[in-house]
Amino acid sequence: MQQILFFLIRNKNFLLFLVLFIISFVLTLQSHSFHKNKFINSANLVSGGIYTIKSNVSGYFNLKKENQILIDENIRFRKHVESLQGLDTNSNIDSTTLSSKYQFVSASVINNSYHKSNNRLTLNKGTKDQVKIDLGVISSKGLVGIIENVSSNYATVLTILNTNSQINTKLKNSNHFGTLVWDTKNPNVVQLIDIPRLAPVVVGDTVTTGGMSTIFPKGILIGVIKDYFINQDKNSYTLNINLFNDMTNLEHVYIIDNLDSEEIKLLENAIEDAK
Amino acid sequence: MQSNLFFILTFRFIILVLIQVILLNHINFLGYINPYLYILFILLYPLNGNNSLLIFLSFLLGLSIDIFGDSGGIHAAACVFIAYIRPVILKFSLGVSYEYNVLKINNIDVRQRIIYISLMVIFHHIVLFLLEIFNIDHILLVLKSTLFSGIFSFILILSTISIFSKKSK
Repeated sequence: MQQILFFLIRNKNFLLFLVLFIISFVLTLQSHSFHKNKFINSANLVSGGIYTIKSNVSGYFNLKKENQILIDENIRFRKHVESLQGLDTNSNIDSTTLSSKYQFVSASVINNSYHKSNNRLTLNKGTKDQVKIDLGVISSKGLVGIIENVSSNYATVLTILNTNSQINTKLKNSNHFGTLVWDTKNPNVVQLIDIPRLAPVVVGDTVTTGGMSTIFPKGILIGVIKDYFINQDKNSYTLNINLFNDMTNLEHVYIIDNLDSEEIKLLENAIEDAK
Repeated sequence: MQSNLFFILTFRFIILVLIQVILLNHINFLGYINPYLYILFILLYPLNGNNSLLIFLSFLLGLSIDIFGDSGGIHAAACVFIAYIRPVILKFSLGVSYEYNVLKINNIDVRQRIIYISLMVIFHHIVLFLLEIFNIDHILLVLKSTLFSGIFSFILILSTISIFSKKSK
């Protein structure tokens, strides 16, 4: 017994090192797998608060550009509204009374990363604003990511610049589906894999979200095809996509809540259970 | 004296974490190169101080950076690692006699200081990027990031030490 104690005391530094290193290693492993990063994330009161103070200050430097982006978006929507009114002139419906499948929450990005292999954002909205895990996040220009963690006031987002991110995507012209992944090389270029060889792929074509999941509505813009090559198995293409979004410079985003997602999931689970 | 040291360490800890997460994590020079100044805390820890305490404090330091950066435990692991091997590196760079002298880092001569700092920075960055990228196929990327970030961190740490050292001579 005395010898064991003696051994422990003599090697206390090594044992302490080992224990702490293993703890950090386990935390690292968890952060590399989606949805397990529960304890160590920036959606907590201290880091969220500090990031809010920081973005309150640094936000002023981008005000002019952010205003321009909002104006551009307004112009786009205005054109859209005009074109819809042209279709049906006698219906003047108040748009606030229209029932929509999707609910949108606006949020500000208070922390952003894009130089790592697993990138995340921190947003200033949490469960108090009906933000939940697994909601989609977009900006005015296109796709951003999926909510990974929430606290009462903050949320973290797993962006498309993350090796764990896999988002259902389709070619806008031909409706062929694939999966959006990232090879960690360039924050403006992502990869679209598993596009069948039959699909007519043209450089410059637009890709959008597929709408096969309950997270994103169909047709949210992602980017244009930069180049493509055929895989070794000769059956599918891998496409490099230039993003519309500048992921290195996000300021305001929208969180999408699909109000039907509960119902769809219930239905799908019921089918799974019946098997 | 003891409480004085406690306050200095606490102050240094908080300031370095804040500088790292608010400023330095967002530099992204050439897309991905960031300096990691916060390991200055481990470098400047008193040479004759308690090593178990240093290992524990390094864990907390790394974990704070990880919480802000949403990076799991990579900084904690890298910090704990260099805190543990610090006595060996000190012995290598300053010679065996360091344990008996109450040396301060500003009094060490330039060559020894450079060896000490660069070794600590290299080991920290290698562990950090190995865990961050976590893929043996991208080993070149690990080495590249270690080299470039390492040079950046090294220059920043060396200049910070020379700016804040008291002119004792």
